[in-house]
Amino acid sequence: MQLDVRLPMGMMFVIIGVILSLYGLITWSDAEMYQRSLGYNVNLWWGLFLAAFGAAMLLLARRAAIRAKRDAATPQTP
Amino acid sequence: MPNLSIALAPVDYLILAVYFVFVLGIGWALRRYMKTSSDFFLSGRAIPAWICGLAFISANLGAQEVIGMAASGAKYGIMTSHFYWVGAIPAMVFVGIFMMPFYYGSKARSVPEYLKLRFDEKTRAFNAISFAVMTVFSSGISMHALARLLEQILGFPYDLCIAVSALIVLAYIFLGGLTSAIYNEVLQFFMIVFGFVPLVWLGLESVGGWDALVAKLNTVAASPANPAGRVFAEGAWTQSWAHMTSPDANPMGVEWFGMVMGLGFVLSFGYWCTDFLVVQRAMAADSMSAARRTPLIAAVPKMLFPALVILPGMIAIAMHHELGDFLPKDENGATDFNMTVPVMLARFCPSGLLGVGITALMASFMSGMAGNVTAFNTVWTYDLYQSYIRPGQPDRHYLRMGHIITVIGILISVACAYVAREFNNIMDMLQLVFGFVNAPLFATFLLGMFWRRATGHGAFFGLLAGTGAAALHHGLTLPAGATVGVKGGWLVGGHVLHTYPVDMAQNFWAAIFAWTGCFVVTIAVSLATRRNKTDDELRGLVYSLTPRIKEHGVPWYLQPALLGTVVLAAAVVLNLIFW
Repeated sequence: MQLDVRLPMGMMFVIIGVILSLYGLITWSDAEMYQRSLGYNVNLWWGLFLAAFGAAMLLLARRAAIRAKRDAATPQTP
Repeated sequence: MPNLSIALAPVDYLILAVYFVFVLGIGWALRRYMKTSSDFFLSGRAIPAWICGLAFISANLGAQEVIGMAASGAKYGIMTSHFYWVGAIPAMVFVGIFMMPFYYGSKARSVPEYLKLRFDEKTRAFNAISFAVMTVFSSGISMHALARLLEQILGFPYDLCIAVSALIVLAYIFLGGLTSAIYNEVLQFFMIVFGFVPLVWLGLESVGGWDALVAKLNTVAASPANPAGRVFAEGAWTQSWAHMTSPDANPMGVEWFGMVMGLGFVLSFGYWCTDFLVVQRAMAADSMSAARRTPLIAAVPKMLFPALVILPGMIAIAMHHELGDFLPKDENGATDFNMTVPVMLARFCPSGLLGVGITALMASFMSGMAGNVTAFNTVWTYDLYQSYIRPGQPDRHYLRMGHIITVIGILISVACAYVAREFNNIMDMLQLVFGFVNAPLFATFLLGMFWRRATGHGAFFGLLAGTGAAALHHGLTLPAGATVGVKGGWLVGGHVLHTYPVDMAQNFWAAIFAWTGCFVVTIAVSLATRRNKTDDELRGLVYSLTPRIKEHGVPWYLQPALLGTVVLAAAVVLNLIFW
């Protein structure tokens, strides 16, 4: 069974999302920096979104792996 | 050299580093699955449809598209969407529903191999050689464009950019073959979307929303200071069809017939239906049904991409018109539209998000490069090396050849990048040659797949005739204001038969002539020569000799015909909304 692409992809977006949101938190009070993004702390919000997306990918990959293991254990009717 | 000078913070470098680690890591993790040449070149035909679909669109999405479409969005407005809704969607639906059965069902391992099965060796050789050369050049041009962009906006040394991008792409393809390229393309797809969505959202918010943008663009159209240098009717930047009755009525300088036939039919179908770069991703699918659905799945994001790549351009030109200096000037003093995306990134993205945006930009270049390299190494190994140089070797031998040629392919690409840097005209010349060779191809495939009487001689001479017709057309015509040479008119020393308002119009019509030439000559020569393949040999390769496909076990809502119809209908709706 080959590597599920959602595993590395999910991991990557979780990591990038966490980095982004942490940076957003650290720079929360830096109003000058967020002037260019119209005042929104895009790092925090987008970082949370990316992390959530990554987590969703990991969940889907896990579900597929569980289903595959279950299908392998019970013989399929031809 | 105009220098935009975007400064990256440590967090931006960190995000970029994470991306590179994963891209290489995926290649590393997949290396143990690369046991046969089929694994390396075709992913063992085991990839699920959704992955193939995203890879299909991602491989097509070189950075030329991201940078170029934004530039076009600024220069021409919503008419740029024609490259998507007319110039891609219909062809993608067609290749999925009507052509994939022959590509996948024939068990051909590449597009040239289909031509050998359907026609003969010389047709295959013509296609394989021209494709191999063009695709490796394409890769080099992508590399050059990336390095030059990074040099301009970030101040990275050119040679370093070339070396790093070459090494990374080389590493992950060498290790994990097509599967690695495909998996990374899926990663790159999401990276590109997530990198540019915030930019579009922020840009739109800052101009006051869509309606405010339309109002601003109406001002642009009515002002003599717009990119085209003259005044148009109000909706010229925001209506995609309403101003296409004549080339003078719109900033793009084309009329609807040339655009629909040249772009929508010949160039579009010529690319999506015959270019192995994208077809390879559909051939890697795990079933016939998955292979047919791959282009249809890919069509969905393709339809929505205008919002991601064209809209920033439209926002940028609106802002540039108001502020006067939003977009920088190039070395000739003209507005440098290719800087649209970097300028937007610099304007709206704080550090952190900027890292994501820059990574997205790099990802788009790398996905295009990797697509070219995997297509090149497959065509070389199977269509040239195995067919003509060392046939009959065990599979191990070809697997090793695959590894070797991947390295050589990257090296040639690097060489091409430096050539492109030296001779700016090279890029124009190559675009030209691509057009000459690609445009007639679709006629060959159309006749091959749907007319069993088409013969090998017909196909070969049809291709030659089509290419010749394109060259002839180019030698006899010139776009307005262009000098004789790369732009055309060389056959008659400038006393051309026709002058086109813009080069795009010339390209569209060249494609029409090339296609027609190929179509007519293929039919004529086929009728005049004996068939070289019996009906039995053509089973599964030609429509009339292949049993209708019944998709067993596929639920009704996943049937290709239904999906295709839905996709086309959606594209029509989009066209109507922005008419």
